[in-house]
Amino acid sequence: MTSRESRAASREGVPTEGRLPIAQSALRNPRSRGSGASPWQDALRRLRKNRLAMAGLTVLVFFVTAALLAPWIAPLPFDKTNLRYGAKPPTRTHVLGTDELGRDLFTRILYGARISFAVGILATLVSLTIGVTYGSTAGLVGGRVDHLMMRVVDILYGLPFMFFVIILMVVFGRNILNLFIALGAVQWLTMARIVRGQVLSLKTREFVLSAKAIGGSPRRLLIRHVLPNALGPIVVYATLTVPAVMLEEAFLSFLGLGVQPPMASWGSLASEGAAAMEAYPWLILFPGLALTVTLLSLNFIGDGLRDALDPQMSFQR
Amino acid sequence: MLGYVLRRLAGFLPVLLVIVSLSFFMMRLAPGGPFDQERALPEQVRANIEARYHLNEPLWRQYARYLSEVGRGDLGPSFRYPDRSVNELLALGFPVSLILGLCALTVALTVGGTAGVLAGLRRNSFLDYLTMSFALGGISVPNFVLGPVLMLMFALGLGWLPVAGWGTWKHLVLPSVTLGTFYAAYVARLTRAGMLEVIGQDFIRTARAKGLREATVVLRHALPGAILPVVTYLGPASAAVLTGSVVVETIFSIPGIGRYFVSSALNRDYTMVLGTVVFYSVLLLLFNLIVDVLYAYLDPRVQVR
Repeated sequence: MTSRESRAASREGVPTEGRLPIAQSALRNPRSRGSGASPWQDALRRLRKNRLAMAGLTVLVFFVTAALLAPWIAPLPFDKTNLRYGAKPPTRTHVLGTDELGRDLFTRILYGARISFAVGILATLVSLTIGVTYGSTAGLVGGRVDHLMMRVVDILYGLPFMFFVIILMVVFGRNILNLFIALGAVQWLTMARIVRGQVLSLKTREFVLSAKAIGGSPRRLLIRHVLPNALGPIVVYATLTVPAVMLEEAFLSFLGLGVQPPMASWGSLASEGAAAMEAYPWLILFPGLALTVTLLSLNFIGDGLRDALDPQMSFQR
Repeated sequence: MLGYVLRRLAGFLPVLLVIVSLSFFMMRLAPGGPFDQERALPEQVRANIEARYHLNEPLWRQYARYLSEVGRGDLGPSFRYPDRSVNELLALGFPVSLILGLCALTVALTVGGTAGVLAGLRRNSFLDYLTMSFALGGISVPNFVLGPVLMLMFALGLGWLPVAGWGTWKHLVLPSVTLGTFYAAYVARLTRAGMLEVIGQDFIRTARAKGLREATVVLRHALPGAILPVVTYLGPASAAVLTGSVVVETIFSIPGIGRYFVSSALNRDYTMVLGTVVFYSVLLLLFNLIVDVLYAYLDPRVQVR
């Protein structure tokens, strides 16, 4: 559906580059009502038509709301143990069953969602900051500096990064703040590449040149003129970074290097579940399902946003 | 071409130096040593052990010693398994990890490639939607969830395959699928996109106009262009497969390198952790070089300089 739409969009003469300045897009798009239909409104309209993305958004909003409201809607305290009532399959009081210590699994998954989402968002912000700064510096300065900076990215791409994250977690302690930083610090490479590409192509455009001619400083050019027009790809890639980071958090917690008990994230719940799955399969199934559905929704949204914001942008990593 | 390869190889040296130094100092900054145990060792024993591994020397001396050893290809003795050198441990685990990784990559390339080509050829068909839905699903299922679920179904439930362990080809099936699914899904998406881009081009129309069979058009003319993005992805993918094998080896009790990496890191077996990182980095750098050469071979427009 999405590709058909993007073809339709280019036929209609909808600006195919989501980053065109508003005035220019109005000129190119005879159908826009007055000067009202900005590229962002076009994108929103396209996104609304994408059923998968809207379904993903609905599921995600539901999960995030549940996570935020966890202290009020959880039936029991998340670390309340009840050894006499250990590892029971789903019942009416414990809708998703209990774990080996008799803790309510539904409650643990709700609280786990808070950790997983927090890591997803904060680590993405860290990676966004590093990636945008690095990429726009390389793109704006250009020349040998750019060449060198991008070679570094190329080399880093090929390295076993999670191994460094594991070392980081061992060295600096397994607390949650280190987790945000360590994961964000390894996820910025693609963002840097995308931003650099955008900056390179935007900085020779007329409106940027004219801003430069008036005497705008490089900093002003970047913040006022270049970055706002590169926002589309940045938003798309940031959306796709969230599930990647959540997956990595779960990976680390699964190995016992992430969130420490009695706190739980979906990864550590899956890890506990995997250890006991032969006897108590629900302990792996429900956390695994929660994680999978969330990641799927985020990927739907990311794909939908990409199609909506930049139909020309081919599928790339 | 040879000059290019040699220059790239020379370029690896500073990269490796940075990697070794970074991981060395990171490990040594960590609080707690490899010989900290619940029961404190007698002072004399401790001093002897530290002297044996040169841990009593100043940090820069240890660093210089380590660098010169690594330069000669010796990764030092393991702190945790005192009778073994890191080289021996890696030599034991690597063939296992290599076989697992290659099987996973094969799964990814064959399944993902085929699905991507078919989806790209029949764009917007039911088949296209089906494979792309599976691909999106495959990207979203974490391997540490997929692994236990597959194990539950095919080993514990149906009894078709062994639960865990290593030895026969049957032991390989579940781990390879677990490890390969994510990359198969990703490769399917990449191949589909590549196919869509190539299939509309003039030379494909020409090939069809010549009356070539469709299979020839797809396999000989379209495919080499369509898989270029996949070739680029091979570098990062192989790095990720090595990382993923840490989890998969843990789940399926496979005696590869990944399984020992985590326990070494937790036990502060400095030399083992450093050795693994150095070894894998060298491996990946070489692999990336091969990928780049392969890329130039597949796409004549790319000039290696």
